[in-house]
Amino acid sequence: MHALEKILAKNSGRTEVHTGEIVTAKVDFAEINDLYLQTVYSFYEMGGDKVWDNEKCAFVFDHYAPAPDIKSASNHNEMREFAKKNDLKFHFDTNCGVCHQVMAEAGVIYPGMIVVATDSHTTTHGAFGAMGTGVGATDMATILMTGELWFRVPEIIEIRLEGEAPKGVYPKDVVLHVLGKIKADGAVYKAIDFTGSYVENLNVAGRMVICNMAVEMGAKTAYMQPNQDVLDYVSARAVRPYEIQHTDPGYQYQESYVFDVSALEPQLACPHSVDNVEPLPEVLKKGEVLLNQGYIGSCTGGREEDIAIAAQILRGKQIPKYSRLVVVPASAEVMQECIRKGYLLDLMQAGATISTPGCGACLGAHEGVIAPGEVCITSTNRNFPGRMGSTEAKLYLASPATVAASILNGRITDPRAYL
Amino acid sequence: MKTEITGKIIIVGDNIDTDQIYPGRFLALTDPAEIGSHCLCGVDESIAASFPKGGIVVAGRNFGCGSSREHAPIALLSMGASAVLADSFARIFFRNSINLGLPLIICKDISKKVENGQTLTLDIEKGTVTVEETGAVYECERLGDQAMKILEAGGIKPLMRARMGIK
Repeated sequence: MHALEKILAKNSGRTEVHTGEIVTAKVDFAEINDLYLQTVYSFYEMGGDKVWDNEKCAFVFDHYAPAPDIKSASNHNEMREFAKKNDLKFHFDTNCGVCHQVMAEAGVIYPGMIVVATDSHTTTHGAFGAMGTGVGATDMATILMTGELWFRVPEIIEIRLEGEAPKGVYPKDVVLHVLGKIKADGAVYKAIDFTGSYVENLNVAGRMVICNMAVEMGAKTAYMQPNQDVLDYVSARAVRPYEIQHTDPGYQYQESYVFDVSALEPQLACPHSVDNVEPLPEVLKKGEVLLNQGYIGSCTGGREEDIAIAAQILRGKQIPKYSRLVVVPASAEVMQECIRKGYLLDLMQAGATISTPGCGACLGAHEGVIAPGEVCITSTNRNFPGRMGSTEAKLYLASPATVAASILNGRITDPRAYL
Repeated sequence: MKTEITGKIIIVGDNIDTDQIYPGRFLALTDPAEIGSHCLCGVDESIAASFPKGGIVVAGRNFGCGSSREHAPIALLSMGASAVLADSFARIFFRNSINLGLPLIICKDISKKVENGQTLTLDIEKGTVTVEETGAVYECERLGDQAMKILEAGGIKPLMRARMGIK
């Protein structure tokens, strides 16, 4: 069996599971973000009274943090009331950051667990050897009532990443390249196991970037076998004992794809699709792309490593007049570390706007929404029409280094000349 | 559960994501009628206002990809959609829709075989789609047992209420 199948088997009280089977599995942690007040409504509509376990579920207020309008402020209050009524052990209010970063930092994510959240990017937690998957409000309400959820045991595909990435090529470039080949529906309903020497040597932040974007290929979940970096991270934080699962030798994947990252160039996902990916130099050959805004943030591209590289590129320089760079740290912990290390000062002096930790403008809610006709380069995860504001705006997805070098020039720019 | 659904169709393209079905800027809304009034506005702002009651949305590949927002199927139901036919559906959107009682049926290349404004009859049990205007019949995939069980109960809410012993 695959490690993911062992996780599903263990949590559903079986010795084994098979592809295509429907199993009902216990959920080890359930998270509700602040877009999902409907979870509370569905919970009561279905006859819910108290949650199944007040130590295994939490709200994270990240999409509207702090509240941009009266409606979202009122929604937060209804969720706070629910949290109070249930005496939830964990609560992450508007001062914490994006749920996937916040949960990992709080130690509620660890190898071998099942985490379900009302957010499609819950695939992120494969980075820790956990099974993470997203659901909607009503599925979440059933978890809050029963502590379990039905799953179809997915087909598992292997994406093997080999080699060392060249200078200027980051995990975001690697996953964009893969996405360009596998396509936005290439892994629908399936689980992706990222393997290979590149993954074995990748740090926690880089692993989170790649697993995070697995959902952009349609994946139900993602997995990476934990390495020493992961073990160091979780052993310092995990709130519960954990058991790492291992894939049996000789396990047969439904399909395997192999990518060599050693000759890769910086990548761009061009408007208006996540899989419309080309190497950056190829895009530039067709002509220059002028920019109005750069954006660094989100559960994909707002970690300390992302802000550090932007600060390194922009230190002592100025972004052009009439352009903007919005930087939204993924969490309060990330922001504090970036303050301590001086990155945010560097960025502010270069002309950046620093916003509060959270999802920010990634989904077009607030903090850097773009106007019709504008072009933005962003370290976030989606460039669908209207994702960051106007449907008549254009979004290019890139690594934080590419975002920083590009906004510095007011046009899409290869970051390698700036490193 | 109604296993036969008849409705006028509107056709949309491939990879219609949840931002196009229901944009992020409206996510704080909770009233279903208000949510429905913005349905598919990322594709065309006039769709919701003119959508035929009980109509069927016909799409290409990967309908509902992107965010886990349940607003997307709430918007479709509230706009008056009775089913969605597509080449394929994104996973979370599929679960959300079935949970709310909105049938999603995989019907390969259907968007290329029909025309906007035609009337289709979908037979979920048989797995067929009939174009009323031409009489053409196309096969579609049948839903799995788990999805059928939820749909037959009228969605996950009645199913859970029964499990909790609540009328």
